[in-house]
Parts: sequence; structure tokens; C-alpha cells
Amino acid sequence: MRLSSRHLLQLEGTLKKDLELILDTAESFREILDRPIKKVPPLRGKTIVNLFYEASTRTRISFELAEKRLSADTVTFTTSMSSVQKGESLRDTVRNLEAMKIDMVVVRHGSAGVPYYLTHCLDANIINAGDGTHEHPTQGLLDIFTMRRKYGHVAGLRVLLVGDIKHSRVARSNIWGLKTLGASVAICGPTTLLPYEAEKFGVDVYTNVDEAMDGVDVVNILRIQLERQKAGLFPSQREYTNLFGITGERLKRLNKNYTIMHPGPMNRGVEITNEVADGPASVILSQVTNGQAVRMAVLYLLAGAEDKDVREAEERG
Amino acid sequence: MQFDLLIINGLLMDPSFGFTKKADVGIKDGVIARIFDKGRVTKKVIERFPDENIIDAKGAVVTPGLIDLHVHFREPGYENKETIQTGSRAAAAGGFTSVCCMPNTLPAIDNQETVKFVTSLAEKGDCRVYCIGAITKNREGKELSEIGDLVKAGVVAISDDGNYLQNPEVMRRALEYSKMFDIPVISHAEDVYLAGDGIMNESFESSRLGMSGRPAVAEEIAIIRDIKLAGLTGGRLHIAHVSTAGGVEAIRRGKSEGVRVTAEAAPHHFTLTDKLIGERFDTNLRVSPPLRTEADRQAVIGGLIDGAIDCIATDHAPHTDEEKDVEFDHAPPGMIGLETCLGLAITQLADKGYLTLPDLIRKLTVNPAKVVGIPSNSLREGEIADVTIFDPEATWTVKREKLRSKSKNTPFLGWKLKGKIIATIMNGRLTYRAE
Repeated sequence: MRLSSRHLLQLEGTLKKDLELILDTAESFREILDRPIKKVPPLRGKTIVNLFYEASTRTRISFELAEKRLSADTVTFTTSMSSVQKGESLRDTVRNLEAMKIDMVVVRHGSAGVPYYLTHCLDANIINAGDGTHEHPTQGLLDIFTMRRKYGHVAGLRVLLVGDIKHSRVARSNIWGLKTLGASVAICGPTTLLPYEAEKFGVDVYTNVDEAMDGVDVVNILRIQLERQKAGLFPSQREYTNLFGITGERLKRLNKNYTIMHPGPMNRGVEITNEVADGPASVILSQVTNGQAVRMAVLYLLAGAEDKDVREAEERG
Repeated sequence: MQFDLLIINGLLMDPSFGFTKKADVGIKDGVIARIFDKGRVTKKVIERFPDENIIDAKGAVVTPGLIDLHVHFREPGYENKETIQTGSRAAAAGGFTSVCCMPNTLPAIDNQETVKFVTSLAEKGDCRVYCIGAITKNREGKELSEIGDLVKAGVVAISDDGNYLQNPEVMRRALEYSKMFDIPVISHAEDVYLAGDGIMNESFESSRLGMSGRPAVAEEIAIIRDIKLAGLTGGRLHIAHVSTAGGVEAIRRGKSEGVRVTAEAAPHHFTLTDKLIGERFDTNLRVSPPLRTEADRQAVIGGLIDGAIDCIATDHAPHTDEEKDVEFDHAPPGMIGLETCLGLAITQLADKGYLTLPDLIRKLTVNPAKVVGIPSNSLREGEIADVTIFDPEATWTVKREKLRSKSKNTPFLGWKLKGKIIATIMNGRLTYRAE
């Protein structure tokens, strides 16, 4: 089985069979993570660059580890180290990397569309590790993978995303992936932090978090950034916590066997209390482990994808 | 009688006096010397005429030279993007014989010297170049420029272009003060605070792409405010590049209430929508005001049909490859438009039955001339010979290597357009001739 694209740019429009292939493959890698020796050889000889134009700890380390565990050779660029600050254009930076014969690029950038742009600058496989507030497909996949491992299925689940949906690439990737796999999705946040015409995502939109919790299986709590308060999008952290913070009290309306997720890093006491973050239903640390498996699966599958973009070829007929 | 140029077999069309006739035109000493009834120029005369001086307009339309109210020729200050020279060559290739330059140069066109500089460079160019002066000193939105001085130097309108006059009191004074000189104040109407740091239209598309959006109401509110101020002062207001349904409606209402307001629309706003941006993140689709929704595009066409929008103007905004070949939100807004304007107008408006050809030409000749009070040289004997000849049925493909503009930032590369310029004549001189 092969993916029908040689890049992973976004979950919007990604075919159901591709999502399922990634999730199934991640299962095998998840088992490897429980072995004493966690390293396997499939990407031996492949060179991967992690190009991080935005600060990231979790995602960067997760990719690096996934690459190393697949025996790839890896190097990581972050903005503070690269020539970006000397004024070099993205295209030149990337073409220099290509001149060093790179096979894959994992890119995190503050501008939406940069991973797509790179597919036109480079022959390498491109993996989006977050582009602006557009998408973060591997995070979406690892969230979905975590749900699937717990419930055995994704179709039919009711998933609620709470927080700053407007500025969340995690939310977008979750929404598209979950909907393609047949889950029902609700979003909830202050009206100023919901995307314009949010209902067009095909989700149920709430501003009352207690109502939004009704009949929900999974609550995915997003990080609230304090800059948004400074930009005037909500009056104070205190009010945000009162209206949208997830406390033990608020979990009562959820379905039995509910799950608490958070992509991290958490603002404890702001969007989530300790009681919830560390409670029995929290899978927040499993998300991190599963992220390893999902990223290994994506890297492995893209490395094995056809040299030509199969999907494009099909479209061309 | 001897002529410098002879146009034969064409269909003459001048909407300024409802003139449509098959006729031949003889041009001498920069003037339309004779208009002959069809067939009156004998074969013998034609055979005697050198080929380079005769234009066979068979199947083509001969109109007064096209006028573009809104171009950026970037000189002085940004000659890497465009110069008066290259810009005027692009204008000629697009059928334009007159253009009005926006003042966002470096230094800004806010003083006589810069006007004279631009005008002197244009003397050697391939089209007439009129200057639009800055409303305020250095386009800062604070103190009025020496508008009287600017008018004396030849400025035909004032505008701070890319900068909306956010302070309504300054806009009120500009409209009041410019009345003395009977020139329009051109408003790039978009509320600065509402537009914020948006890089595209606010719609579900911006939500989907996670890009910060500029709401349509930022334009609507700005237009409504300016129309109110024009009504208050009796000044002349011209709204640049209307892009929203609400903006068109506000102008329509302003006109019906007797406010002295005119408006223009750009080809990209009646052709493209924000849906295209997510397809390939083409930075040439980043423009200001942004590409809007299909409903807005239809409303702009509606405004062109019912006359709420008087003119078609390109907002020709050159930027280099280096500036545009970057992340979408790092690219400067703007696209070039002179060479694709007529083709897009015919393909999108005339060919689809929205505008008749005379109505379309009116919006590219007599109407813009009226807005800024410059001559629209009509097709009559004795008039200055500014003439455009185009084949409304011929199709052509937009090719990068054929573009005369110094910059190539257009999303229309590869597009097949109907309506091809055959020749452009400015002041009796052939400034463009199709290969």
C-alpha cells in the first residue's frame, strides 16, 4: 500500500484511505515503541531536514526522534541558527538545503501555504509541521490515532474542540481529519476566537461550553495564547477561565468513558485544571507517545511513496 | 493628400458622441486629418502607401485611445519595479494612450518638483502620463499638500492611494479645499483598523486557510464615510478599485442622492475571487483591496452595468520577482494590469453580454477622462490622434516573455483572452503594433 501523495501538506482533502493507511501503519510503529530497542532500519540512508522557522519544542523533538528511530540521517534548522536573519529568502535557504541532497523536509513556518510553496522549490518530500494558523496535519493525525486506539473506531465519535479555534492549526487539521473519518465535530470558544463562518467547516458551533459538552466522547482542549488577550480578543484571562476553562465540574455532561486531550503546552489553571489534566480520562501523555508512532508512519510511508505524485497523475487522467 | 498613418477597413466606435461607422482614418501631424467613408480610399492610394504606415483594421474596432486612471509607474524611487519608460510601453501594448500615476513614489508626488520630474521623463515615453498628487504631505494623512501648487504643475487629481485618510477631519478639508481647483479626491477606501493586518478577504476561505482576513465592511464603511463627507462639502470624490457588494451599493445610493461621486473597478476584481488563493498560494493574487467573494465579483459587474461604477482602471502595481517569490503574507500587494485589461474586459464583460462594446469603451475612454478632466480625444477630424485599434474577436495567450512591463507579477500568465490590441497611436505616432 502506498499513499496517493508524496507530501503531507494538510488533512483537508486528504483521502480517507490515506488517513487509514497512516493510522494502520502507526499501529505497527506504536508496538515498536514498547520494545527495549526502539530503532528500526527502513529510512537508513535517507536524509531529512527539520526546518523550523517558529519556536517549537514538542513537535521538533518528536520529529527528530521519529526520524532517528527510523535510522534516517537528520539535521535541524531553527531560525536563530539559519541565514534567515541575515535576510536570505526562504527559496534560497531551501535550495541550498537541496543542493546538499536532502530527501525529505519537515517544515514549520509562520506563514500559511509555505509547505505547498516548498513543493515547487524542491524535489524532496515535504511534511507540514504547522504552517501559520492553517494546518498541523501530524498533530491532527496523532489526536485521531489516540482516539482510535482508545475506542477502536473514529466513525460515530463526538469530538469537541475548545478554545482559540480561529488561530488554531491543530483545530483545522482535527476538523478535516475527523470529518473524513466519520466523526461528528463541535467547536466552542469565545465568539472573537471562532473563525468567520465557522459553521461552513461542517461543525456544530457553541459559545457555551457546558452545552457544548452534552453527549461528547472526546474533549480536545486548545492552548489559549495570552497575546490574544493583549490584542483585545477577550477581556481577561480570568474571564476566559470562568467561561471556558475546563474544570472537573464541567465534565459531568460528557458521555461515559470520555477522554480529555490537549496538544500542549498547557496553561494549567487557565484552559485546564490540574484535576482534569491529570485525571483518569486524560490521555495527554499518550498523545505525545502516539505522536512518535504517527510521525514514524508518515515518514516511512512518504519515503516509500512513488516518485511521481500519484494523485496529480490521476487527476490529469 | 498625404498622411503619416492610414487606418483602413476598421469599424470606428466613439461612444462619446454615439458614433459607430465603418470608415478609414488618415492621420497627419498628430491629428486625425480625414475620416473617409468606407471604400473611399482607393486601392491605388493604398498600394502607394508604405506598409509600415498603413494599418489594416479589418475585423477590428477603432476607438479613441484608452485611458487608465490608476497606475503605479514607481518612478522616482522604485525603478527596479517599473519606470516611466517601461510602464508607458506596457500601457501602449495594452491600448492605453493616457494614464494617471499614483503618488506613492519615493519621494511622494506631493510637490511641484516631483511632478515636473515625472512629466519630463514621460515626454519620451509611449503614452501621456498625468500625475495624481498626494493629498497630504508625504502621504502621512496629517497636513494637506500644497494642492494649488500641484494643480499648477499639472496634477489632475489628489490621492494618498494605499493610505486611507483615516482621520475624517482631514478628508473633509481635502474635499473642501480641492473644490477650488475642481479636481477629484481619489480614495483608496478601506478602514485601517478594520482591515488590520489582514492578507486576504475575510470569508470562509480565510477561515479555511487560517489567514488573517480583511472584512468587506472595512471598505464599505470607508466608502460610506467618504460619500457623507463629499455630500457635506460638495467636493468631488472618486472611489478607487471598488471590490465589495456593499461598496458598490453605497456608491449607487450616493449617486442617487446627488453626491458628486464616481468610481472605478479593476479587472481582477471583476474576474477573480478569493477562492483561488488556497489553490496554489500564488502571491500574485495578493492585492489591496483583496480579491473578494463571487457575490462581490457579481456586484462589481452589476455596478459596471448600471453605471454605479463609471470606469475600468487597472491599479497596475508592479513588483519584482524577488519581492513576490516569497511566503504569501510576506509578498507586497499588487498585480500588473495594463496589458491584460482590455482582454479581460472583453472576455469577462462584453463576451458574456454584461456590457455592449460601446459601453465598455466608454468606461475606458470618455468616462475616466471626465473624472480627471483630461481630453478624451474623440474620433473626429481635427482632433488629436490618440487612437486604439483592437480585434474584439481575436484570442491570444498571456505570455511572460511578451509582457513589456518591467515586472511580471500577474496571475493571468497562460490565460487565453479574447480581444487583442492591433495597434496604439498616441499623438499621431504608432506606439504599439501587434506582431
